[in-house]
Amino acid sequence: MSASLASSPAAHPGGIPGGARDHSVAERLSRRRARSNMIAKVLCFIATAIALVFLTAILGTLFWLGFKGIGLHVFTNVTRPPGSEGGLINAIVGSLIQTVLGVVIGTPIGLLVGTYLAEYARTSTLGNTVRFVSDVLLSAPSILIGLFVYQVLVAPFGGFSGIAGVAALAVIVIPIVVRTTEDMLQLIPASLREAAVALGAPKWKAIVQICYRAALNGIATGILLAIARVAGETAPLLFTSLGNLNWSVDMTAPMSSLPVTIYQYAGSPFDDWVQLAWVGALLITFGVLALNIIARVVLRPRS
Amino acid sequence: MSDAASTATSTSSFGDRIFAQVARAAGVFVLLLLGAIIVSLFLGGLPAFRAFGVGFLTNADWDPVQNVFGAAVPIYGTLITSVLAIVLAVPLAFGCAFYLTELAPNWVRGPIGTAIELLAAVPSIIYGMWGFFIIVPIMGDIVQPFFIDNFGDIPIIGALFQGPPFGTGIFTSALILAVMILPFIAATMRDVFNTVPAVFKESAYGVGCTTWEVMRSIVIPYTRVSVVGGIMLGLGRALGETMAVTFVIGNTNRISTSLFGPGNTIASIVALEFPESPAGSVKLASLLALGFLLFVISFIVLAISRLLLRTKVK
Repeated sequence: MSASLASSPAAHPGGIPGGARDHSVAERLSRRRARSNMIAKVLCFIATAIALVFLTAILGTLFWLGFKGIGLHVFTNVTRPPGSEGGLINAIVGSLIQTVLGVVIGTPIGLLVGTYLAEYARTSTLGNTVRFVSDVLLSAPSILIGLFVYQVLVAPFGGFSGIAGVAALAVIVIPIVVRTTEDMLQLIPASLREAAVALGAPKWKAIVQICYRAALNGIATGILLAIARVAGETAPLLFTSLGNLNWSVDMTAPMSSLPVTIYQYAGSPFDDWVQLAWVGALLITFGVLALNIIARVVLRPRS
Repeated sequence: MSDAASTATSTSSFGDRIFAQVARAAGVFVLLLLGAIIVSLFLGGLPAFRAFGVGFLTNADWDPVQNVFGAAVPIYGTLITSVLAIVLAVPLAFGCAFYLTELAPNWVRGPIGTAIELLAAVPSIIYGMWGFFIIVPIMGDIVQPFFIDNFGDIPIIGALFQGPPFGTGIFTSALILAVMILPFIAATMRDVFNTVPAVFKESAYGVGCTTWEVMRSIVIPYTRVSVVGGIMLGLGRALGETMAVTFVIGNTNRISTSLFGPGNTIASIVALEFPESPAGSVKLASLLALGFLLFVISFIVLAISRLLLRTKVK
């Protein structure tokens, strides 16, 4: 190799010294490669910076416009007509009720489906179909879940209700829990299951008492992320629990929720309503982000 | 002794059978759920399909007075905003993923990755509000007048930039959508870039490739299919996004050639018109029919995305 390089000047006898020309060509090429490398790196850095700027801009706006509206009245008063110091307590409570019930109903189903996929049907046709459908539901437009529940639970029973809102949120929770449960159960080493079986434990006991316990962190992460996701859902609630400007915890009546109230208030022409919308936005965003950070940092699956 | 053993075995196998059946039933329930969503939307939209036939897809009218409804404008708006959002988001997402997998020092990868994932966790209504109160004024006062003044008179291309600078419109929606789907695409790309075996990259570095050359000649060819899958996943998100778009698109049932013109999408027209649609009306049926169409479109996009991603990312 080095011999052929050393002999290369001799390959261009007379005229322009070939070695020097090759050298300058090589230098130009290497400069060009270094330059395009530099440009690519800088562009990627800028792209990342832009993404972070968006995040800070959104959070900054929420703090800037939301923080000044926070007061005791937000947490003690129900939504009132403009100009009468209304609060958001009915929306906050309505959101809590619907989110908690939606997660409580959706989680066991998602857990079972995840278990089925990881423990019983890793490769079967039915398992692959269920996995595919669950992944599609995970990204399906949430507004369609709202329309579906409207068709099934609102239209036939003659009215919007908290129950319908809970049902819509539960449908959204299921695929999120399915995904994390299946992923976490698949990480559990087979030796752990074999140890349980060797002690004579039936399979279901091995799953419930060994695998669930080993995957607890991951499953908890999935549930937290599911809470965070449905707490901010607006579109499916528009057609199901509708929203309610009065205090109501009656599950068979229309029920208020924070996202729907934000939607109604943000588009209104009244300054104090818009201010309340920003407060609601601040509350919900920081609640959701806190859940995400807890899920990602505190419960990070040990890998 | 043998009696006790057989009893224990039979109870445990009985418990196993029950648990397996319950888990299986839950799996089948998810299938039924998807089936029920499709069927309920289709049945709800059936009166509209019956009344307007295939013309429902091509009719650009949305006239509650005459009771004539068509899906052409919302379908156009849905597709154009989503595709524009993809065009805006993909280069940024690629940059983020490249930075996070190859360039960033190890100690910032975690925090920046988490920050970008948090961007995905912000509820869509917040994007809508932020877009409406912050981005729309910027677009209306600065960006749109600039483009209209400087490019509006150029033949052919100029048509894209004509019209009054409302601030709202197709382009603003696409911009907000791009910010929303950016973290999804970036996270997927980062995960698939990480699946490239280190040996491949090290070999390329070993023969003297620059970072960018490794990316272009090793990482991208290796992950091409999954990268497209990640983009389709983002497209699927953008198609059905409701709240963010409803705030900023201008909600006008008209196909405008200008990027700054107002429009609507399937999701935004359903969210806005639904409260004014009495049960049993043709209008409600038309909205449900639109929902059915949206489901079909997103199902196809998401299915393609899943098939492309299947091999690389679980």
